[in-house]
Amino acid sequence: MAIPMIYNVRSIQGRFSSTLVALLSIAGVVAVLVATMAMAKGFKKTLVASGSSQNAIILRGGATSEMESSLELEQIKIIGDDPRVARDASGRPLISAEVVVIASLPLSTTGTDANVQIRGVSQNAFVIRDTVKLLKGRFFTPGLAEIVVGKYAHETYRGFDLNKTIHFGGIDWTIVGIFDAGGSAFDSESWCDANVLNQAYKRPENLFQSMTARLISPESLKSLKDALNTDPRLTISLKSEIDYYADQSVMVSTLINVLGFLVAGAMGIGAIFGALNTMYSAVSTRNREIATLRAIGFHERDVVISFLLESLLIAFLGGLLGSLIILPINGYTASTINWQTFSHMSFAFAITPDILIQGILFSLLLGFFGGLFPAIRAAHTPIAPALRGL
Amino acid sequence: MANNRQTQDSLITVKNIHKNYTRGSETIEVLKDVNLNIHKGDFVAFMGPSGSGKTTLLNLLGGLDFPTSGHILIDGRDIAGMSSKKLTAWRAQHVGFIFQLYNLIPVMTAFQNVELPLLLTRLSKKERRRHVETALAIVGLSDRMSHYPRQLSGGQEQRVAIARAIVTDPAFLLCDEPTGDLDRKSANEILDLLTRLVNEHEKTLLMVTHDPLAAKNAGTRFHLEKGVLTANSQGETA
Repeated sequence: MAIPMIYNVRSIQGRFSSTLVALLSIAGVVAVLVATMAMAKGFKKTLVASGSSQNAIILRGGATSEMESSLELEQIKIIGDDPRVARDASGRPLISAEVVVIASLPLSTTGTDANVQIRGVSQNAFVIRDTVKLLKGRFFTPGLAEIVVGKYAHETYRGFDLNKTIHFGGIDWTIVGIFDAGGSAFDSESWCDANVLNQAYKRPENLFQSMTARLISPESLKSLKDALNTDPRLTISLKSEIDYYADQSVMVSTLINVLGFLVAGAMGIGAIFGALNTMYSAVSTRNREIATLRAIGFHERDVVISFLLESLLIAFLGGLLGSLIILPINGYTASTINWQTFSHMSFAFAITPDILIQGILFSLLLGFFGGLFPAIRAAHTPIAPALRGL
Repeated sequence: MANNRQTQDSLITVKNIHKNYTRGSETIEVLKDVNLNIHKGDFVAFMGPSGSGKTTLLNLLGGLDFPTSGHILIDGRDIAGMSSKKLTAWRAQHVGFIFQLYNLIPVMTAFQNVELPLLLTRLSKKERRRHVETALAIVGLSDRMSHYPRQLSGGQEQRVAIARAIVTDPAFLLCDEPTGDLDRKSANEILDLLTRLVNEHEKTLLMVTHDPLAAKNAGTRFHLEKGVLTANSQGETA
C-alpha cells in the first residue's frame, strides 16, 4: 500500500500559506483558459444557433460567405420551384432572397462607429426562421424604408430604439420593430426589405447575395443539393444552414482558442514555476519525514507518487477555484468583429461541462510538471543524514 | 555475551567492514575493518565519542547505507550485496528504527504513525488496527492513540516511535541515541521500556548512545574509537 493520502492532505493544510501561492497561480491560469474557451464556444454557439436543420442556404458556386456571393432572381425562382422546398398556405415557396450590407453606426457605449450588419430579406424571413420572434413593434412593410432590429443591435447601437430613425445608405430608416433571435447571430443584425436596401445602395435590381429556403424536411437537403448541382442553369453551392454557420465560426473561434491557449500557456509556465517552488520547499522542509518513510520501508516510487499526488491535489484545488471564479461570466454578453462579415457580433460566453473538464485537466498538467521534479528529488533524499535532520 | 556464542544463534555477523566517504579529493575512513557478532535477544550498546562511526555502523546494520567493503550477514543473508530496492523491502520486514528526534510524522496521529509500517504488509485494516493497539498497549499509550505528536511529551513521542518500530515484529531494533533528547526521568522510562522489550518480548536491540547510564542497561557494550571497534564490556577485542 502507498503512503496514505491523509499525509499529503494534512501537510497541505499545515503549510497552507505557501501552498496558496501555487494554488492561486494555477487558479488564475485556469480562469483565463476557461474564459477564452467559453468565449470561443459562445461565439460558435451563437453562429450555429442561427441555423436550422430544415433550412438550406444557397450561395454562388465557390463562394464561402454571403459577402462574396451573388444570385440572380431567375436562379432563385428555379430553386424555389423545386418540390423539396416547403410552401406556405397559399402555395408560395418559403424562400428568402437576401442581401447584406455593412453600415457604420455609433455604439451606444462609446459613441464610436462600429460595423452593423444590415440584412435585406423577403417577407418570409420570419416564417423561415421560426425561432426569430418580434419583441416589440411590427415587421417592416415591404417597399418602405422600415427596419426591424435584433435585441443585441438594439442594446449595442445608439438610437436603435423603436420609432427612432437611423441613417445609412443615403436614406433614413424608421425602426418599427425589435426582434429576439434566441441569442443567435441574427440578434446583432437589422432586417429590412431586400429590394429597398438594394435601391438605397444603388445595387442592381433583382440581384441578391444569398437565398435561404425552408425544406419540406431536413432529410431532403441531400437530394435537393444533388438536383441543383446537376441543373445546367445553376452554378450554386448549397449547405445546411447549420453547417454554413458552423463553418463561419471556425476562423474566429479557432483564433480565440489559439490566443487563449497561448496566453494560458505562457501563464501556465509561470504557474509551473510557482508549483515547483511550493513543492521544492515542501520537500526540503520534510526531508526528515521523507527519510523516515524510506527507512521504514517505503520505496522511492511510493515517495514519488505521494509528492506527485500532493502537487496534483494542489493543482486540482487551483483548477477548481479558477473554474468557480470564472463561472459567473457564463452567459455574459460580449461582442467582437465577425471576420467573415466584418461586422460586430454579440455573443454570450458559454461555459460548458467539457470546458470545465478541460480546465481541470490543464490544471492537473501544471500540477504534474510542477510536482514531478520535486517528487523525484524527494525520493532521492539521502536517508542516513536526513534522519538526523541534517 | 555476544562474542561468547559466536557460532550459535547468531543474528548479525559483520565481517571486515570498511566505510569510506569521499570529500573532494580527500577520502575519510569512517569504519576500519569492523568485525562483530550479535545474537538473538542481545541488548547491545555502541559507545564512543562523536565522529567515531557509531551511527554509520548502525546505518549499515539497518540497511540505510552500503559499506565500502566487507559483509553484513543478517540471519545468513548478506545485505551488503543487495540492491537498493531489495534493501528497502528487507528493512520493512526485518528492522525497527528508533531515532533520537523520534521522527514521527507530525500531521498524523499516534495511531496513524504506528500504522505506517503495516501499510507495507498485506494485513487487513482490522488486523492492522489490532497490531497497532497491541503495540501502543506495550508502550503504555493506549489512551493517546488519536493524539498528534505536538500533543505529546518528548517521552510519549519516543514511546510512539518505539511502538512504530515493534509493530511489524521485526528481527531487531536499531536505536540511535533514543534518550538523547529526553530529560533523565523520561530517559529512564524509555530505557526501562527497551529493556522490557528485550527481556519480555525477546527483541534484539542495538543502541548507539553517548550516555553511560543508558549503556548500563545493555548486556554488551562495544566501544568505537576513530572507526575502530576496540572492545566490548568484558574488555575483549571485538
